[in-house]
Amino acid sequence: MSPVSPFTTRSATALANERLQRALADVPGGFVAGRARAKAALPEFEALRRTGRDIKDHALAHLDLYLEEFERNATAAGSIVHWASTAAEACDIVLGICRETGARLVTKSKSMVSEEIGLNAKLEAGGLEVVETDLGEYVIQLRGETPSHLIAPVIHLSTADIAEDFLRHHDHLPPDRDTSSPAVLIAEARGILRPKFLAADVGITGANLLVAKTGSAIVVTNEGNADLTLTLPRVHIVVTSIEKVVPTLDDAWALLRLLARSATGQEITAYTTLVTGPRRDGDPDGPEECHVVLVDNGRSELLGSGMREVLRCIRCGACMNHCPVYCSVGGHAYGSIYAGPIGAVLSPALVGVQEAGELAQVSTFCGRCEQVCPVEIPLVGLMRQWREVAFGEPGDGRSKLLLRVWAFLAQRPRLYHAAARMGTAALRAFARGRGTVSRHPLAEAWTRYRDLPTPQGETFQARWARRQREPTP
Amino acid sequence: MSRAAILANVRSGLKVEARHESERRASVEARLAQGAHHLVPARGKVGAEERVALFKSFLAAQGTDVIDVAADAEIPAAIAAYLGDRNLPLRVRVGGDPFLASLSWTGELARDTGVARPNDTAGLSRALAGVAETGTLVLASGADNPTTLALLPETHLVVVRRETIVGSYEDAVALISAELGSEALPHALNLVSGASRTGDIGGRIVVGAHGPRRLAVILI
Repeated sequence: MSPVSPFTTRSATALANERLQRALADVPGGFVAGRARAKAALPEFEALRRTGRDIKDHALAHLDLYLEEFERNATAAGSIVHWASTAAEACDIVLGICRETGARLVTKSKSMVSEEIGLNAKLEAGGLEVVETDLGEYVIQLRGETPSHLIAPVIHLSTADIAEDFLRHHDHLPPDRDTSSPAVLIAEARGILRPKFLAADVGITGANLLVAKTGSAIVVTNEGNADLTLTLPRVHIVVTSIEKVVPTLDDAWALLRLLARSATGQEITAYTTLVTGPRRDGDPDGPEECHVVLVDNGRSELLGSGMREVLRCIRCGACMNHCPVYCSVGGHAYGSIYAGPIGAVLSPALVGVQEAGELAQVSTFCGRCEQVCPVEIPLVGLMRQWREVAFGEPGDGRSKLLLRVWAFLAQRPRLYHAAARMGTAALRAFARGRGTVSRHPLAEAWTRYRDLPTPQGETFQARWARRQREPTP
Repeated sequence: MSRAAILANVRSGLKVEARHESERRASVEARLAQGAHHLVPARGKVGAEERVALFKSFLAAQGTDVIDVAADAEIPAAIAAYLGDRNLPLRVRVGGDPFLASLSWTGELARDTGVARPNDTAGLSRALAGVAETGTLVLASGADNPTTLALLPETHLVVVRRETIVGSYEDAVALISAELGSEALPHALNLVSGASRTGDIGGRIVVGAHGPRRLAVILI
């Protein structure tokens, strides 16, 4: 690890970016308030979080059997199920289906798994036109960026930023048109995307859940773009990951009751669709073929790793919205498509600790993420596990030396208290009667952004010992 | 082959041992056969009148319009009035639903049949159920009510009977299995809770993203 880590650099840039800071100012807060309202309106909410946890734990503990059951029932309903161990294999499968179809235009609804495996680049390199239809993802695609939030991909952008993108890219429209409000921008995007929906040869969606018993994929949106994507083209491809499977519809309903409330604070999203195979004989619309690509990409390794709980995640984004670090720096600072607390735990698991182990440091361990997680993932404990793993990796000698010194002292109480007394006295002497220290040569990184309060007397331990001796008044 | 490799990896990650295999299989089979019967919100466990009231209150919160009709025969005129009041063309596209086909479509409202076309202005579907707990319509794909009717036109009208308003999603599935005469699901079961919307730009939810800008429920 270099002295200035990639996250430190990216977060400093993010904090200095005024446009980003303005965009981040209210939006996560709006989600927080929405979730609080939805939770207050459903007395069973907290109990449902435990149900959600138990459903996912049961499904993960029997994942092999539920995947086989899903495959059996999806196949019986007419779907073709594919298995991909790696990102590259998943992309090849999807590209292969598109080629067999003779596809030129592919529409996509939002899918984090497809971001994770880099699907768009692969399809475009294969000569296909790929159009993202979720409005946020559409903007991301225009900008050549990655989403900065699980459910609000352009949370880092203001309406004015998006207006500039539309003026630049939609150059067939009059340049002096109104682009001043979300409503007109949404109408403009609708006008551009509707013909794409109608002309697409293949539609690709993700899945929020898979249901083993029925062989269904469940897709949730507010825009209805997943429904247009999966209904209109001749071929529908579901690209999803193996941990999405739950046993029955009962389990799906319980998780769906948590998902929208935790994400946007809605009672339910406008569209929740259970897709079970292609159109049936006699159906006048719907796709003629339905493929489901089950992607592993490192997940099966996690089952036995002590990190299994991260696979409970239903991708609501609540941990991000409630994270003081995420809300300060936004998603891109994490350098991974999975940002926030869940990203800090999931990214090192997917791309390796050398690459993303640093993200486990990106937390104050305040624990709000755990308190709001709809499936009770112990995010703080998992980040701590990654910190331990990262500590065992080569690199950053200085931090390790300091931690070793601290550990040496912390395990020797007398020495620790003596050192604390000396440190306190030294700091008081350094402050020379001032209430705060605004610059200290040994703590520049701290004092650059904030003042250090001067110790006002004895150490806590000394005071505690004294109070224990004194009679209480 | 990746299928075998993934399943083997999953089993080794789970540390599956042969002596536990029959126990695991029994647990899975029981879950699949019996379902799970999780906690269902109490809000939907109320009498029929209250259920309808709850359903309507959630529709109002979503911005979905409600048209109450006392009898089947009133439906065509109620639709014509709804469209006329909004200066919308007096024309709807409808699938092969036998109930909708049985109505008397004389009068000023023009009716096209079949799947939705790109220029259709209004689609009419019949929902198999309404779910009170969140104000959700349940629509099944097929020739009776093609899915495109719910997606392409700017106005989507949905007929639903008061006696099919149930408390929970679980109850809706039970009702639909009875109506379809099978537990097998159609290609698509669409749970619709409001018109198409997005909060992606500017952080506030705006209606009319890709699908209908206007959703109206005709409650019989």
